[in-house]
Amino acid sequence: MTMNADYLELSDVRVVFDGLVAVDGVSMTVRQGDLRFLIGPNGAGKTTLADAITGLAPATGSVRFGRTELIGKKVHRIARLGVGRTFQTASVFEELTVLQNLDIAAGAGRKPLSLLRRRSSVPPEVEEAMDGVGLTGLRDTQAGVLAHGQKQWLEIGMLLVQNAQVLLLDEPVAGMSADERVQTGELLVRIGAERTVMVVEHDMDFMRSFANSVTVLHAGKVLSEGTVAHVQADPRVQEVYLGRAEVVQ
Amino acid sequence: MTALAGKLAGRLPEKLTANSGALLGFVLGALVLLVVAPAVLSDFRLSLLGRFVCFAIVAVGIGLAWGRGGMLTLGQGVFFGLGGYVMAMHLKLADAGPSGVPDFMRLYGSGQLPFWWEPFRSPVVTLLGVVLIPALVAFGLGAAIFRRRVRGAYFAILSQALAVAFATLLTGQVATIGGFNGLNGFRSFFGYNLFDPVNKRMLFYIAAVTLLVMLLIVWQLYRSRYGELLIAVRDQEERVRFLGYDPANIKIVAYVLAAAMAGIAGALFVPLVGIISPANVGVVASIAFVIGVAIGGRATLFGPALGALVVAYAQTTLSESFPSFWTYFQGALFVLVVAFLPGGLSSLVSVRRRQRADAQPSSTEPPSPVQRVEADGPPPPEPLSGVPAGSETSR
Repeated sequence: MTMNADYLELSDVRVVFDGLVAVDGVSMTVRQGDLRFLIGPNGAGKTTLADAITGLAPATGSVRFGRTELIGKKVHRIARLGVGRTFQTASVFEELTVLQNLDIAAGAGRKPLSLLRRRSSVPPEVEEAMDGVGLTGLRDTQAGVLAHGQKQWLEIGMLLVQNAQVLLLDEPVAGMSADERVQTGELLVRIGAERTVMVVEHDMDFMRSFANSVTVLHAGKVLSEGTVAHVQADPRVQEVYLGRAEVVQ
Repeated sequence: MTALAGKLAGRLPEKLTANSGALLGFVLGALVLLVVAPAVLSDFRLSLLGRFVCFAIVAVGIGLAWGRGGMLTLGQGVFFGLGGYVMAMHLKLADAGPSGVPDFMRLYGSGQLPFWWEPFRSPVVTLLGVVLIPALVAFGLGAAIFRRRVRGAYFAILSQALAVAFATLLTGQVATIGGFNGLNGFRSFFGYNLFDPVNKRMLFYIAAVTLLVMLLIVWQLYRSRYGELLIAVRDQEERVRFLGYDPANIKIVAYVLAAAMAGIAGALFVPLVGIISPANVGVVASIAFVIGVAIGGRATLFGPALGALVVAYAQTTLSESFPSFWTYFQGALFVLVVAFLPGGLSSLVSVRRRQRADAQPSSTEPPSPVQRVEADGPPPPEPLSGVPAGSETSR
């Protein structure tokens, strides 16, 4: 056990919408350097759990990042504490260039008056992230004309310049080609070494290739947790995924 | 040589032309407003143009709030009115002399000056009030509205309701603020006789310079980091929140600036036109402000101001010849622009530019991605795969 305080600890997180229990007492711990995959059938509460962690969905229980309690804080405050996320549908600023997108992501801590000036040079962290996600050659391209995979990479790049320590990625490889999936997986492994990464994913091949550990959600509860092999061998997981031979297999 | 030139044409000149385009616009605008117009127009026409310039100042603010910030404000008349009435109150008090009471109060009221008129005897308080009162009201409204995440059509309806309420309130106050007739019959402006044509010309110059200054302010805002952030908030408000910003604050800044601009415009309108009444601040007036912005091109630098000038000019000339015809024409123009040219007339320029670019595709392609295959980053895939090159982003 390391003494590192950078881990995400959920205990008894519940989200209720109009009497419908979407997340029902989830407890889990994700450590730094872990690449955790969150899987489960549709409606299991995966995205809602990400919403609860980032302050979008009202939740009870406790979500701690290091020593800081996140529940009850506003979305932008949680983001400033170092928790970043991406969305199922890539949501970049389409009318702005790659550089402008990243520059905005890097700027939440800027002083208000400094915003009234023009960007005089490219901040080093922006340069670095642009290089890291392979978009340097497209820096002055409008984000709206990027390919789908490139938009997802841009989003990940935005998390990097935001200096997020906890990354919640919601189906980052949906709609990507096989090559792009591999590249994205390698990117996640690389950036996950120093960060706490949780990936919500449907793609089981992708999960098997890159997951360090897996949490299976079902009906708002944690059904199983452990290594890929452990989870695949769990009879309860097999039952939930009955007819979905790909996970059992 | 040509290949090199083509490569250079990719980045550098693009920025240069964007800047020199704006510069050219300012120079042209200054020439037309400050040199050509005073030389060729009669005093009457010049002061008419001064009135249009006031509308253009409001339009610059709406362009900022709506075009860049996505806040369709159908109630700018409120801020225009606040600035206008503050100025009008000062002019009435100045005309009445020290410790005097404006004429209409003796006519309709008790002849007693309400306490809240008193501060506007001071020219300094008046000038500050013209800017600060609309700004503070907008700040209060913005803080209440945007923090509750009211936006889109709901914000538009709310802002319009404010204009209705404000005009109704003013109409009801006959004894204290002139009611339906508003405030009028000003004789002097900070000591200068308003019947003197030289002073009327000077008012025009003040309005024209103010318009140019407002354009300079938004020009700097649009090229600043704040301008980029404002577009981000307009297009993806939630996403901005997840980056650690509070979008409400970003929107409040644009809304307050737009309100201050409308207030200043109202204050200039009063001495130029000689009257401010509920009709100048109500729903019809507020929507008229927006129409010019929509027609000119709301997200561009010069579009809103040009649109406002053109629409105001068309309104005046058309209603001189066909008094009842204008409203239909205005409605039809609005429908046509929104349906067929949502970016406004300014977008005609970029449409033309794109057509020309399509004719010679090689020169305007986005820079191709650096071909790198190395350990520290996924190599970029085919540029623009899956997205037809040059496809227009929908607005």
